Amino acid sequence: MKPAPFTYHRPRTIDETVHLLAELAPLEGRVLAGGQSLVPIMAFRLARPAHLVDINAVAGLDGLSTRDGVLRIGARVRHAAFHRQVVDGPLGAMLAQVVRHIAHYPIRMRGTFCGSLAHADPAAEWGVVAATLDAELVAVGMRGERRLAAGDFFHGAMETALIPDELLTEARLPILPQGTRFGFSEFSRRAGDYAMAMALAVLRLEGGVIAAPRIGLGGAEAAPRRIEAAEAVLCGEAPGEAVFRAAAEAAAAAILPLEDPETDAQYRGELVEAMVYRALTQACAPGARA
Amino acid sequence: MTELALVTLNINGKSHALRVEPRLTLLDAIRDQCGLTGTHMGCEHGVCGACTVLFDGDPVRACLMFAVQAEGSLVRTVEGLAEGGELNPVQRAFIAHHGVQCGFCTPGFLMLATGILEKDPDIGEDELIEVLSSNLCRCTGYRGILAAVKAALAEMRGTKR
Repeated sequence: MKPAPFTYHRPRTIDETVHLLAELAPLEGRVLAGGQSLVPIMAFRLARPAHLVDINAVAGLDGLSTRDGVLRIGARVRHAAFHRQVVDGPLGAMLAQVVRHIAHYPIRMRGTFCGSLAHADPAAEWGVVAATLDAELVAVGMRGERRLAAGDFFHGAMETALIPDELLTEARLPILPQGTRFGFSEFSRRAGDYAMAMALAVLRLEGGVIAAPRIGLGGAEAAPRRIEAAEAVLCGEAPGEAVFRAAAEAAAAAILPLEDPETDAQYRGELVEAMVYRALTQACAPGARA
Repeated sequence: MTELALVTLNINGKSHALRVEPRLTLLDAIRDQCGLTGTHMGCEHGVCGACTVLFDGDPVRACLMFAVQAEGSLVRTVEGLAEGGELNPVQRAFIAHHGVQCGFCTPGFLMLATGILEKDPDIGEDELIEVLSSNLCRCTGYRGILAAVKAALAEMRGTKR
């Protein structure tokens, strides 16, 4: 359980980091952020990077700020930053609820928001948040800066649109207006384990009907995404058990489910249905924060 | 064999100048290079929490960091909890409330609990249970550990006010 040898690099600037990645990525170089996913897979020797480029000392990546209706999360911002509401209103409350589902407290002290997105585990909570809210992701490489929509970022399990010399420097989430409701539900066999399915519902209630619904799924398919078929069922309908059921069934029918020896396609679909139903029930509950 | 790196670890206020392979985890450095074997090695992939230490005040898994990353930071291990030969409130409470059986997980739990008490002394019971679920204990059933940490919290709140 010891990682294979590697050469360690500790750049101080984004520019230096990008130059190192350009040189070392072709030589099996990788970014080390919080290390809470990468180091375990190195211990198992499932990953054997020859070079690690540690970004924990890079200036300008620790920002967590709001500007122009957007929450900007720098690449060194750790999960634990979201234990408290980082922004007033529904977005801060949602992030504070979701973060409690990420692994365990000491892991959240080190792991980073952007690192989770770049690692792109299908069962990662922040991937679902990014996909559901149509986050904008900022990548910096030798050819400059690219802004990627979350919908284009996740290509599959552990696969993203990032090219090898690029560093994901920032994630940008739209600040949700007051009155936005949300619900989040996740299933795993033990608290803190990888999610077997999770759903995030974000919507408003206007004149007694559901407006601008967003349904995001994670852990169900190779990559997190919004499920338009479920959103279409909800739009303009009065909230209630029947419409929640219909949306949940639509979500389960829309996915190409991940399968593993313990979770066949049917079971995954049933989990998705239950998670969407619970997330919607939470979002529309009379006492829910709005 | 990769090139050795020079790193100075500050553990419990004492400096340790080391030459290490970059792949050496903070856990292995603490135990094997510094001889502080109170920090236990369990799973070596971040699941069990036996190796929990305080890193600049935060409870972290020492097996999921490399020693070279600890340059310039303050590390605290179970050896640093007692002051002047007197156990800290968490240690005393673990004895009083039977938070220890075989003892293998104990150093990790002591560091986790000490970190929480220092960072978030007003933590609620539900949150505390969630935090304590971070580490594995296969003996106590967690009741004694929870009772001990609650007692230590109460003691710390009492002495603060």
